[in-house]
Amino acid sequence: MPAITFVHSNGNSDHLDASDGESAMQAATRYGLDGILAECGGNAMCATCHVYVDDALAGAIAGRPRRRGRAARWHRRGAAADEPAVLPDQDHV
Amino acid sequence: MTVPSACASTAGPMAIPHLDVDPFAISFFDDPYPTHERLREAGPVVYLDKWNVYGVARYAEVYSVLNDPQTFCSSRGVGLSDFKKEKPWRPPSLILEADPPAHTRTRAVLSKVLSPATMKRIRDGFALAAEAKIDELLQRRKFDAVADLAEAYPLSVFPDALGLKAEGREHLIPYAGLVFNAFGPPNELRQTAIERSAPHQAYVAEQCQRPNLKPGGFGACIHAFSDTGEITSDEAPLLVRSLLSAGLDTTVYGIGAALYCLARFPKEFARLRADPSLARNAFEEAVRFESPVQTFFRTTTREVEIGGTRVGEGEKVLMFLGAANRDPRRWIESDRYDITRKTSGHVGFGSGIHMCVGQLVARLEGEVVLSAIARRVASIEISGPVERRYNNTLRGLESLPISITPA
Repeated sequence: MPAITFVHSNGNSDHLDASDGESAMQAATRYGLDGILAECGGNAMCATCHVYVDDALAGAIAGRPRRRGRAARWHRRGAAADEPAVLPDQDHV
Repeated sequence: MTVPSACASTAGPMAIPHLDVDPFAISFFDDPYPTHERLREAGPVVYLDKWNVYGVARYAEVYSVLNDPQTFCSSRGVGLSDFKKEKPWRPPSLILEADPPAHTRTRAVLSKVLSPATMKRIRDGFALAAEAKIDELLQRRKFDAVADLAEAYPLSVFPDALGLKAEGREHLIPYAGLVFNAFGPPNELRQTAIERSAPHQAYVAEQCQRPNLKPGGFGACIHAFSDTGEITSDEAPLLVRSLLSAGLDTTVYGIGAALYCLARFPKEFARLRADPSLARNAFEEAVRFESPVQTFFRTTTREVEIGGTRVGEGEKVLMFLGAANRDPRRWIESDRYDITRKTSGHVGFGSGIHMCVGQLVARLEGEVVLSAIARRVASIEISGPVERRYNNTLRGLESLPISITPA
């Protein structure tokens, strides 16, 4: 079972267990996490979620459209490195 | 139905509850909630003998049907009529009544036309129009919240944003009413709407043509994608038609729902006044609470098990979005309008690949109207008889007389 730590913009963090195949956004909304609006439900339409992925971990994401210049804190434990991840999130994941 | 679905796979398919409910009857529209509860409690999937369709009314099943478009397709129509067996009343929509991969291409175009970047461009104009409208209504004090606000506001911004000519706009709301009635069964609402449809259809077909759409509007933007090859020039008018079908009346019902909520629940209106930044969520919660789009159908492409019950290929499945949005299995105090509720995951705009492509326009309109009200209006009172409007798919009011006082 993947575990995700969401680090909010104020530095607080939430640690939660996701299900296999579940996106970070889905897990966050299932737990009712503050800051994750997910207005469009994962259609990549509303831009209420953003994710910054640390360059060092870029290889862990399959089909990532393009590299982001900004490094970020990203904590993701218990997930296989080659597992495709959809990580829309307003805060840093 | 007390057998859990986990047991059903070993014990064989469960017997399906048959219900004599007609979810397209006037008596149902007057008060759907006791029937919604009956449908949810009867089982994860039910059979409606009146129209020979399966029905899902619990959140979990509605969500999974919406999110499995390979099994539950849209290309055979999202109304009761099965396009494989019956000729559609109009040429099918290239986006709503389409499956991947065809849907993927047209959806991408409309997503770009109605993107967050577009919203940024139109936002100030939409907000100013909402403020002007509320100021005008504050002069009048007493008015009909449906005709004078829920309809008048979208009509003052959306057709212009689309780039429509000034003449003939009176066809827009009747055309949309027709489209949403036509998803229903062949009852009087549907038959009457189709009988009277010719002038509205003629108007809409004409307005979808490129020369009739003002440069810079949503319509012209759609046509521009035919220049770059994303769509063909034959497809562009039909995609413009989607905005004419689903872009106006739905927001009328959505804003109407929000106004009806604020008028009925003064404590929630007081919370909105205290913090106008809640306007967007107050609108979103109204979409959950009232579910202006109540139902859509899908058609099964193969035999499938829903909640332990086997459903054959080529069956129509009716999704009760409004019932799912008030399913106590998913929502705490599901029958309460709460403007600070975490509404994420509600299916008022659908879910998955067909989730409302115009959702950002709807939210923008709802937000700016409620925000203007929150800052300028002190009280809202219902001042006359509330009348319901009847449509096979849309839930909303014909008339909501209210009186307001300035803040």
